[in-house]
Amino acid sequence: MKAIEVKGVTKRYKDVLALDSVSFSFEFGKIYGLLGRNGAGKSTLINIIANRVFADKGEVFIDEIPAGENMAVHDKIFCMSETDLYDRDLKAAEHFKWTNRFYKDFDLDKALILSKKYGLDINKRFRALSKGYQSIFKLIIALSLPVPYIIFDEPVLGLDANHRELFYSLLLNEFESGERTFIIATHLIEEVSNIVEDVVLIDNGKIILKDSVENLLEKGYSVSGAASEVESYCAGRNVIGCDELGGLKIAYIMDEKAAPPKESNLEISALNLQKLFVKMTEKGALK
Amino acid sequence: MNVSSSTEKPIFIQIAEQLEDKIFTGVFPEETQIPSMNEISAQLTVNPHTVLKGMNILTDEQIIYKKRGLGMFVSSGAVEKIRRKRQSRFYKQYVAALIEEAKKLKMTKEDIVLLIERGYRNESD
Repeated sequence: MKAIEVKGVTKRYKDVLALDSVSFSFEFGKIYGLLGRNGAGKSTLINIIANRVFADKGEVFIDEIPAGENMAVHDKIFCMSETDLYDRDLKAAEHFKWTNRFYKDFDLDKALILSKKYGLDINKRFRALSKGYQSIFKLIIALSLPVPYIIFDEPVLGLDANHRELFYSLLLNEFESGERTFIIATHLIEEVSNIVEDVVLIDNGKIILKDSVENLLEKGYSVSGAASEVESYCAGRNVIGCDELGGLKIAYIMDEKAAPPKESNLEISALNLQKLFVKMTEKGALK
Repeated sequence: MNVSSSTEKPIFIQIAEQLEDKIFTGVFPEETQIPSMNEISAQLTVNPHTVLKGMNILTDEQIIYKKRGLGMFVSSGAVEKIRRKRQSRFYKQYVAALIEEAKKLKMTKEDIVLLIERGYRNESD
């Protein structure tokens, strides 16, 4: 099977259970959103997949190859981290040269073409690049590696709107269907909601949801109106959260959409991905 | 083109409707090429699979077709096809909705007829 398979992965840091026997898979050829609150376990999961941290229990397979301590997966996966691991005094062009040494399939021509296209001055030292261009630089390295799986950990943190737009359009331009898998871990849910096809939601070290964005948007909705009417509508449905505004009650529901009774004044509205996730992970925060 | 994720309508339907509208208004004339999946995807920052799904609706309705190795083209007769489709939807989309709202506002049939006549008079002014 062409996929990243995570099987029963557990990771504990002292008294914090960061990942609790997590099993799921990222299929090949899709753009995934890996979402979760701060401290949910996103980065731990990414670091285990990218073989930067060891799992206490469980294993990760990439295209059926065990990923732990295995050089064979080096050609399969690349992780663009939020933290900068690049020597700040080297010029972008020199970084390209070194990457070319370490990854035999690094496409230097492509890196140069992309740099030109996106206005990255490769003769500038890493430290002299703006925060936006540092990210564009890291993205260009990631995209110039012909690996099937690329993980982006908070790729647009600190970028202004123009650079974020540039980032997403570059990403989509490079996503040729069926040839690559992108996994984007981010807090900016609304921004990626049209870009990602499937989402994996992690909360308190557990995967609490894995579904297509389309399904989620179809099933997630809110119903608002007089509290008593809303409550009787909600009976028997999967309610993920509620808000109250005086006599008005808003219930957030994840279920097959059903029209309210004809006589009622209930209003049904769509729920965006962000609201859906905030509601789904709110309970976890109370524990 | 422009998509919004805050409406009830799925993104792929929004894309299909907007492409259809561009064809209907002649922005993309019959027998000319429309933008590719990748172009639309990058322009709207929308997943290419979603764009494809939208385009497939128009392909199924034979409003656009694929020219092997070249891309997607507007079918001849597409505009007429869209016009017929929209005419058949007119009652449900506009008339039924109009009557429903009118009833809520306690407006009579005569009120509505007068308004429609006024609308046509204004247009001819």
